[in-house]
Amino acid sequence: MVTREDVEHVALLGRLELTDEEKEIYARQLNELLGHFRALQRLDTDNVQPTAHVLPLNNVYREDWVGQHMPREDALANCPDRDENYFKVPRIV
Amino acid sequence: MSHYETVIGLEVHVELKTRSKIFCDSTTEFGGEPNTHLCPVCLGLPGVLPVVNKRVVEYAIRAALALNCQIAGFTKFDRKNYYYPDMPKNYQISQYDLPIARHGYLDIEVNNEVRRIGITRLHMEEDTGKLVHQGTITSTPYSLVDYNRAGVPLVEIVSEPDLRSPEEARAFMEKLKTIIQYTGVSDCKMEEGSLRCDANISLRPAGSGQLGTKTEIKNLNSFKALYRALSYEVERQTGILSKGGRILQETRTWDEEKGVTLPLRSKEYAHDYRYFPDPDLVPLVIDPEWVEDIRNSLPELPDARRERYMQEYGLPAYDAGILTSTKELADFFESCLSAYPNPKAVSNWVMGELSRLLNASGMDITACKIKPSQLGSLLQLIDEGTISGKIAKTVFEEMFASGKDPGDIIEEKGLVQISDVNTLMTVVAEVLASNPKSVEDFRSGRERALGFLVGQVMKATRGKANPEMVNRLLKEKLLQEKL
Amino acid sequence: MLQLYQRTAHELHNLLLNKEISAEELNLAIFDRIESVEDKIAAYITLTREKALEQARAVDQQIKNGERIPPLAGIPVAVKDNICTDGILTTAASRMLAGFVPPYSATVVKRLEAAGATLPGKTNLDEFAMGSSTENSAFFPTRNPWDTGRVPGGSSGGSAAAVACGEAICALGSDTGGSIRLPASFCGVVGFKPTYGAVSRYGLIAFASSLDQIGPFSRDVTDCALLLNIICGHDPLDSTSARFDVPDFTRFLVNDIRGMRIGVPEEYMAEGINPGVREVVEKAIALLESLGAFVEYTTLPHTEYALSTYYLIAPAEASSNLARYDGVRYGFRARETSDVMDMFMKTRSQGFGAEVKRRIMLGTYALSAGYYDAYYLKALKVRTLIKEDFDRAFEKYDLLVSPVSPTPAFRCGEKTEDPLEMYMSDICTISVNLAGIPGMSIPCGFVEGMPVGLQLMGRHFDEGTLLRAAYTFEQNTDYHRAFPAL
Repeated sequence: MVTREDVEHVALLGRLELTDEEKEIYARQLNELLGHFRALQRLDTDNVQPTAHVLPLNNVYREDWVGQHMPREDALANCPDRDENYFKVPRIV
Repeated sequence: MSHYETVIGLEVHVELKTRSKIFCDSTTEFGGEPNTHLCPVCLGLPGVLPVVNKRVVEYAIRAALALNCQIAGFTKFDRKNYYYPDMPKNYQISQYDLPIARHGYLDIEVNNEVRRIGITRLHMEEDTGKLVHQGTITSTPYSLVDYNRAGVPLVEIVSEPDLRSPEEARAFMEKLKTIIQYTGVSDCKMEEGSLRCDANISLRPAGSGQLGTKTEIKNLNSFKALYRALSYEVERQTGILSKGGRILQETRTWDEEKGVTLPLRSKEYAHDYRYFPDPDLVPLVIDPEWVEDIRNSLPELPDARRERYMQEYGLPAYDAGILTSTKELADFFESCLSAYPNPKAVSNWVMGELSRLLNASGMDITACKIKPSQLGSLLQLIDEGTISGKIAKTVFEEMFASGKDPGDIIEEKGLVQISDVNTLMTVVAEVLASNPKSVEDFRSGRERALGFLVGQVMKATRGKANPEMVNRLLKEKLLQEKL
Repeated sequence: MLQLYQRTAHELHNLLLNKEISAEELNLAIFDRIESVEDKIAAYITLTREKALEQARAVDQQIKNGERIPPLAGIPVAVKDNICTDGILTTAASRMLAGFVPPYSATVVKRLEAAGATLPGKTNLDEFAMGSSTENSAFFPTRNPWDTGRVPGGSSGGSAAAVACGEAICALGSDTGGSIRLPASFCGVVGFKPTYGAVSRYGLIAFASSLDQIGPFSRDVTDCALLLNIICGHDPLDSTSARFDVPDFTRFLVNDIRGMRIGVPEEYMAEGINPGVREVVEKAIALLESLGAFVEYTTLPHTEYALSTYYLIAPAEASSNLARYDGVRYGFRARETSDVMDMFMKTRSQGFGAEVKRRIMLGTYALSAGYYDAYYLKALKVRTLIKEDFDRAFEKYDLLVSPVSPTPAFRCGEKTEDPLEMYMSDICTISVNLAGIPGMSIPCGFVEGMPVGLQLMGRHFDEGTLLRAAYTFEQNTDYHRAFPAL
């Protein structure tokens, strides 16, 4: 059962500020969805390996070479707030 | 204080000195203009994907082998999810349950006791960017972000909670730094942040097998900070426990100025990292042959080298320890030996004059202008009687400053030892004539006067006189005239 | 006489080669078409007229110089707006990326450019590709050209609608759980989701990295093969990109499926399927059989678990992939915030739409302490079982066929309230992504005047078999020639 407190905790982890109404809605919908998903528990998967990748790929490497850097103006071009050559953010604490 | 035992574990971050970052081809070079060492990948732009730099894996294995770890046959990268503005993706690509290496150790020596400290694991991850504040993090109205360091490769090395004092913790870090530097995978410069550490510390009643509640100390940017912060924390926790209080499990930061540890706001650090395998990266299956190749390419490590210096060269433990404290110093020492195979003499010069000059100038051996062969030549010139030991020190200082050959310096400055009997006799005669009091003293049995007279001859020759000959000639002359 | 915008790329290529038209004329014709129908369809977020015409003129110059031009040179290929284009607004249909201009192009975009294709614009989608109707676009919904009261399907609804009504000749979309096949089916065009790893994801704004795959939309199977020729292949910038020998896909354009073994998973034809859709699909299957294929019903027993598995894995990955949208480096930032934490919270709450937030919540929950094993890890294990279902089926069959969706395109607004009901429209398509196999939708008939798609599913990297079956079906039917009256 997903409680309102769970919703608040998860929203904090995901950095989402929810209105009271949204908390209600998400609590209800998460319960409904997770209730449906609990069907998975019926399956015995004790001896089943998880599939994180569908292809059996491994050892994909690049060599240790330095390439082109972005011009600084490109790096900063999309940023909402800047201070000269830095990205600017509100106070941390 | 004595009825609590201190338990410390360290989490050490080492930046690897690859050319490019761990998941993209931006440079790892330290100290560029802010936000100039970036590409779409390390800036975390929408749509970008990471690709592992093979040398990072090689370096991680190299460091792990030097720390006596077992290398995993199968390893993978996971995402560690948390929000912080210095992280371009708000997750850090790291390793969770299948790190590249585990189960290592290193030996430290504190108060003449050798202790083996376990290393739980070593894993690879990416570094974050850097926040720049006006003033302190708590007083600044805003912060600025430079992502140049974001994506620089790191290994995190986690020790077992085997350390029992701040001294041991410091010794562990020093030893770790030495070993890593030997492997050549990192500069381990604490001042540039290429070696960093967090500490977990708890106290427990002496003899107890259970661990007490720990605190995690961050922001330990020097060996001194590590030592002081842990000492402070031992005191603080002892104070609380002996009053019957409880230790709060929390993250604290070391405030260098105030000399105290302070709690960090829990809201920022109460994390649920939600680790899961990074779907953008595929697993690594580590070829045992590759591991063996890396093992075979490791240099002789400090413990073994120190042991060999004691056995093979007959050096005292202390000297052997100093000489092997960095690979560069030990390499220098051994190169000198091939030019001048007298370990004790070379050791005296390296640990004496050379160390003194290096310390005074704040340089390390890699920046030293003197070539090992030049130190060898100098020692040979002393043996041959071309210069005295005393003059040699002057020559050495000049070599240190200019990098010139000792022979050239001696010639240029006319420092060749005077061993010509006639020349010396003339000086001796002059000295005796102008110091009748000392001549009198010597003749009335005060042998010490001879030392003064030798000094006067040396002074008159600006130190160039062959001291043994001066001694002999003076004695002869004094005894002669006495008859 | 067909209008230029109604033609296929291979037909237009011949017109270009024979100098009956110029690439500039073709592109102007497309922009004329866009001008006349875009009001009703709303397929595009951004139009790049000048760029397309410039590219077209370059192709015309090549033709004039007597140079050989590749098959898609001068052909307008629209690109879904979650695929990065250097210097061109790329929004993923999110307020979060309103104004975001990438400084780099996705690998597929570079490949298209190298092949001479022109870019008419960036197409609408459900925000961050999360949805099945394109109603979750933060900007506006796209309409189905066959009935503008209905949705085009999603999430690549803009690409599908554009191709269907002649606002582009071909398009690229992305498919995480059916986002190419579903809109292709709803709009009556060909849509192909290649094998996971066959097409580079570099530059595709990630939704669920282990499931996402870029693929083409086209009017017929030949164009589909031509596009696959361009976009498939290894990319060193994508670690999950496979090293495989990319065939010339046009060699599978053979009108012959005699002896092909085709399985029909009974779970995909079960209750809940619209009777009209069932009838159309059964007729299509009967046609395949009559053309010489061996067809029988089979089973993919873990199908009933696919939806749950998918809706745990995809949101979990998404919750992490979407963490980077925080208002620091690019995109939207909320105003008037007290500190960084407050800025993050407000930015993300105001920047993301309801469906994206719902999936972030769901995915964050599934990964969080105490639930990881029960939900996320469990889903990864069931994913193995689903994949093994396909492995077993492909021991017996060369190809599996099914409907793409249990229903034809639904009405606008019909399913936006209940997430579970909306997720149900993916029921036939998500298993393909979980297994990483190639999947395709081809037009196979009409229900209620709306197109219905037949889904073809094959072995990893066996795109060829799908193309061959699709081509054969197409050569023996006329559905692909139908054009919506607007």
